[in-house]
Amino acid sequence: MRNLILPLSDEAIRELKVGDPVALSGVMVTGRDAVHKWLIETFIKKTRAPQGDDLAVYEAIQPLLTGSAIYHCGPVVSGLDTKDYRFVAAGPTTSTREEPYQGDVMRHFNIKAVIGKGGMGPKTLAACREAPGVYLHAIGGAASLIAQTVERVLGVYKLDFGVPEAMWVIEVRNFPAVVTMDAHGYSLHAEVESRSKAELDRLLTA
Amino acid sequence: MRDLTEPLVELIRRTSTDLPPDVEQALTAAREREAAGSAARGALEAILQNVELSRRNSTPICQDTGTPIFYVHYPAGWSTRRLREQIRDAVAQATQRAYLRPNAVDALTEKNSGNNLGDEAFPTIHFEEVEGEELIVDLMLKGGGCENVGAQYSLPNSALGAGRDLAGVRKAVLDAVHKAQGQGCAPGILGVAIGGDRGSSYYASKEVLLRQMEESNPDSQLAALETRLTEEANRLGIGPMGFGGQTTVLGVKMTGMHRLPASFFVTVSYMCWAHRRRRMLVRGDEVVYD
Repeated sequence: MRNLILPLSDEAIRELKVGDPVALSGVMVTGRDAVHKWLIETFIKKTRAPQGDDLAVYEAIQPLLTGSAIYHCGPVVSGLDTKDYRFVAAGPTTSTREEPYQGDVMRHFNIKAVIGKGGMGPKTLAACREAPGVYLHAIGGAASLIAQTVERVLGVYKLDFGVPEAMWVIEVRNFPAVVTMDAHGYSLHAEVESRSKAELDRLLTA
Repeated sequence: MRDLTEPLVELIRRTSTDLPPDVEQALTAAREREAAGSAARGALEAILQNVELSRRNSTPICQDTGTPIFYVHYPAGWSTRRLREQIRDAVAQATQRAYLRPNAVDALTEKNSGNNLGDEAFPTIHFEEVEGEELIVDLMLKGGGCENVGAQYSLPNSALGAGRDLAGVRKAVLDAVHKAQGQGCAPGILGVAIGGDRGSSYYASKEVLLRQMEESNPDSQLAALETRLTEEANRLGIGPMGFGGQTTVLGVKMTGMHRLPASFFVTVSYMCWAHRRRRMLVRGDEVVYD
């Protein structure tokens, strides 16, 4: 088990290899479908003008994302009425939906680690090579277990996207994950896909 | 007619936080099949720890508490209109208590309703009047990750070499498992409907997931195919979370339907390992949970 402290240095990232179990500590931000779409349209491709609190939120999250991690997660949160927020359940969501956006978001903010489940495709793998960055696979559905590693909720942005889609700023301690895509161009997901395809072809022609 | 709102909140709590014993047993057996120190075994160990922790702390097993799908079998004399109101109240209360995540998003305005109450189909409620005195409510929570990898095939399918028979059904199901990879939170449980139309087939493919893991299919041909497909899906080697490993599916549940002469659908509903389904039985003043 490797202990990683956020933010991450390029050196620490390059040392990571597919298959390494890691424990993350520090501050990370959650972001999933609505956040990626909003970031791309408003700040990266700029097909939509910033409105409402967009610019203020950008200023706030930019330093948090730089060199750090984005977590594909839509948590169950208690204390919504008192704003005394606590993560009750917080496993990863399926990452592949962010494949069209993730590489550009990583480059824009210099994000070093993308955390989710199910793996991502060639565009994100290429961005991991460039950044350098890694994809960290958390255990899908292990939501209560992972929520226990969230020590504090430091804040929330874009709560109007809804609780699952908001950007939650969290401080974690020993958040468990496995490296499944590394900065050297290896992807466990590509490997499992191609091996299982060969077996499928055998079964279909049998 | 008695008010079932509070007992329904309890049904939701149990479903979200306490995995059924047959599913947990299947996961424990799967853990034992994975090599010591492998990522696959590590994933199953974390999954089983999480199941235990969720039960103890009464917290959701998975943060995606999914679409709540209710199957209500009621004796004559109950009002389905009032039952629907009580179910909707219970869902809103369970969301308030953090047993459910607010999951109902308006597809046009993007607005999350905040309390899991959406249109008529959110939560989904199926009613059926039955003989006898007992009212039975089955609840299934089906998350979005696994729902997204569900698939429907119209046979024949020349790319797969799948014809309109059980051999063709087998090929379609294996293809669906391969396409899903680990994204539906493997190891999953497959609900498969053969026949029907596009809508009824999806409905049946979910309902068949209410069967117990060890329950053998009453149709001997389907029972044999379920066993074979479980074994062959596992030969794909996708493994827990798609990390590679021995167990890709925990089981396959199949059902046959009637179809139009022109149509032959095979519909696969993929249920994640967190197969949350629970039953509540109401008999007079007594409420019993499974």
